[in-house]
Amino acid sequence: MKIAVCVKQVPDTWAEKKLREGDALLDRESADGVMNELDEYAVEEALQLIEAHGGEVVIVSMGPDRAAETVRKALSMGADAGIHVVDDSLAGSDAIATSAVIAKAVEGKDFDLVIFGSESTDARMSVVPAMVAERLGWAQVTFAQKVEVAGGDITIERATENGSDTVTAAMPAVVSVVEKINEPRYPSFKGIMAAKKKPVDTIAVADLGLEAAAVGTGAAWSAVNDFAARPPKAAGTVVTDEGDGGVKVATFLAEQKFI
Amino acid sequence: MAEVLVLVDQVDGAVRKSTTELLTAARALGEPAAVWVGPGISDAAIATLCEFGAVKVYVAGDDELAKHPVAPAAEVLAQLVGEVTPAAVLVPSTADGKETAGRLAVKVGSGIITDAVAVAADGDRIVATQSVFGGSTIVHSTVTHGVPIITVRGNAVAPEAAPASPARVDVTVALSDAAKKATITGHTAAVKGGRPQLTEAQVVVSGGRGVGSADGFGVIEALADSLGAAVGASRAATDAGWYPHQFQVGQTGKTVSPQLYIANGISGAIQHRAGMQTSKTIVVVNKDPEAPIFELADYGVVGDLFTVVPQLTEEIGKRSN
Ligand SMILES: Cc1cc2nc3c(=O)[nH]c(=O)nc-3n(C[C@H](O)[C@H](O)[C@H](O)COP(=O)(O)OP(=O)(O)OC[C@H]3O[C@@H](n4cnc5c(N)ncnc54)[C@H](O)[C@@H]3O)c2cc1C
Ligand SMILES: Cc1cc2nc3c(=O)[nH]c(=O)nc-3n(C[C@H](O)[C@H](O)[C@H](O)COP(=O)(O)OP(=O)(O)OC[C@H]3O[C@@H](n4cnc5c(N)ncnc54)[C@H](O)[C@@H]3O)c2cc1C
Repeated sequence: MKIAVCVKQVPDTWAEKKLREGDALLDRESADGVMNELDEYAVEEALQLIEAHGGEVVIVSMGPDRAAETVRKALSMGADAGIHVVDDSLAGSDAIATSAVIAKAVEGKDFDLVIFGSESTDARMSVVPAMVAERLGWAQVTFAQKVEVAGGDITIERATENGSDTVTAAMPAVVSVVEKINEPRYPSFKGIMAAKKKPVDTIAVADLGLEAAAVGTGAAWSAVNDFAARPPKAAGTVVTDEGDGGVKVATFLAEQKFI
Repeated sequence: MAEVLVLVDQVDGAVRKSTTELLTAARALGEPAAVWVGPGISDAAIATLCEFGAVKVYVAGDDELAKHPVAPAAEVLAQLVGEVTPAAVLVPSTADGKETAGRLAVKVGSGIITDAVAVAADGDRIVATQSVFGGSTIVHSTVTHGVPIITVRGNAVAPEAAPASPARVDVTVALSDAAKKATITGHTAAVKGGRPQLTEAQVVVSGGRGVGSADGFGVIEALADSLGAAVGASRAATDAGWYPHQFQVGQTGKTVSPQLYIANGISGAIQHRAGMQTSKTIVVVNKDPEAPIFELADYGVVGDLFTVVPQLTEEIGKRSN
């Protein structure tokens, strides 16, 4: 099997995230960049699939120069090669442009599966995998909490609002995973050393057959008009239970008209 | 006035509350037109849509549409966008809703905004309000190309009735081959309780690792029932099997935004906060005064939940008699 895994570099999960004055883009410089957490689960799932069925895993990431660290991290977990789309024109891309770039980067390369995380921790849109499926015309099997591959078909358990659905499709297919699916491995020392020698293809927007004018802030089909920090919440009251903690909460709830 | 298409969210034929919220929001932008995808629309469902102001109900009722995930709803909406050139398309911010909106945006060549907490007309443009980065930043944004496609977060807009008498319009859609590539072959229903739906509830009472066991959730449920609340859980509790997964609150669980959220034995990891931070009032019970969840608390008690919570439940019982 040949599997592509799309990974996004995002600000460290715990870092305070801010939009920049001026262009209203996420300030990515002020925090350490890490691999989007759910994308680690996507990498793990791909590695488990090729361990069971044979094949190779190619990491795909669109992002500035330093997103190369995130590609390298995925390689150190065990993926075989990387494609890193870097281009100044990409800054400020909306989900529409991002999905166009990813679709072009994986198209025509004989992938059986393209695996995504189901959501990024920064923009949290949960749309890119579905958009890529739409663009490629491939089956969409997303929000998977379980994946099985057999005889050219993929079957997943899709987490839904009201339980789960079993969804089946013939490959090629676009997959996204939720965190219940597996436990991502840590890169081993050997893995980290090996990753240094693995091939990463660094490409620009033009290499994908897309116009620079089709991506980035200028091409975005939605725009931020203005933004503001939410006024910090007034500090609450914290009391220590002295045998009447429950009664005190009840009094608070009554004051707030909840009871 | 142009129509505003609202994708109906339904469970087993019953219209979900989020749809009544979207219809309410749509009225500020144009004439709400509900779009029902799949078989099983009932008179009761139409009555609900009508009560909240739908002037039209488009019904794409073919069985086939329910057999494949996401893509069919996007194709129904795309066809309607082509036919009626709506002022906007509003979709619930559920996993299905966002993915449907994403595919629709690519199909019709429109910009998309997800997780709006409000929408408003400003001259001839539509402004969406988003609450991003765990609620720390408020953003106003606009779709600048095509028909605005906006997903709206549950519990963000208060539903208000505005009875209309809708005209039913049946719609036939020939699904593309691509839309039929993934097939739903089975469904496991979540266990249903008598409690309100987690994402719709005005009050949510949650338990975490501090609850200690499945039996421990008895005290959480008792408090929830005294308040007519839904029960939520942290991932630590769902992973341990103490409470079913579909009640997980957080980044990879449900996003809730109730009037009141009571967190018991939950430390306040960033992934948990991501799903509850925008709750209007937050009450915390935790025995560790250093637990980060106290940073969010409007009212917090440092104490053992097994003494504080039952006492609270009892006190609520007394006060409501
Ligand atoms: C606060 C904020 C709000 C935004 N709001 C909007 C908006 O309303 N509309 C809009 O069109 N854009 C918006 N954007 C831009 C948006 O972040 C980017 O377009 C992004 O590329 C797609 O959104 P996402 O990260 O939420 O993707 P999701 O759909 O949540 O990502 C799912 C998966 O897609 C893959 N993926 C995503 N991005 C990449 C990448 N660059 N490289 C490789 N794989 C990737 C990963 O596997 C990821 O787990 C917003 C950005 C920010 C910071
Ligand atoms: C990709 C990813 C996605 C995730 N998604 C989610 C998600 O959607 N939702 C989620 O919740 N988590 C999620 N997590 C997990 C998250 O990081 C935390 O591990 C989890 O939220 C911890 O749950 P907890 O607060 O119940 O447990 P803990 O962090 O162990 O906290 C338990 C708390 O209970 C208190 N306590 C113990 N006993 C008592 C007692 N008797 N009385 C009062 N207090 C007591 C302790 O002081 C402590 O603060 C995710 C993690 C990852 C990596």
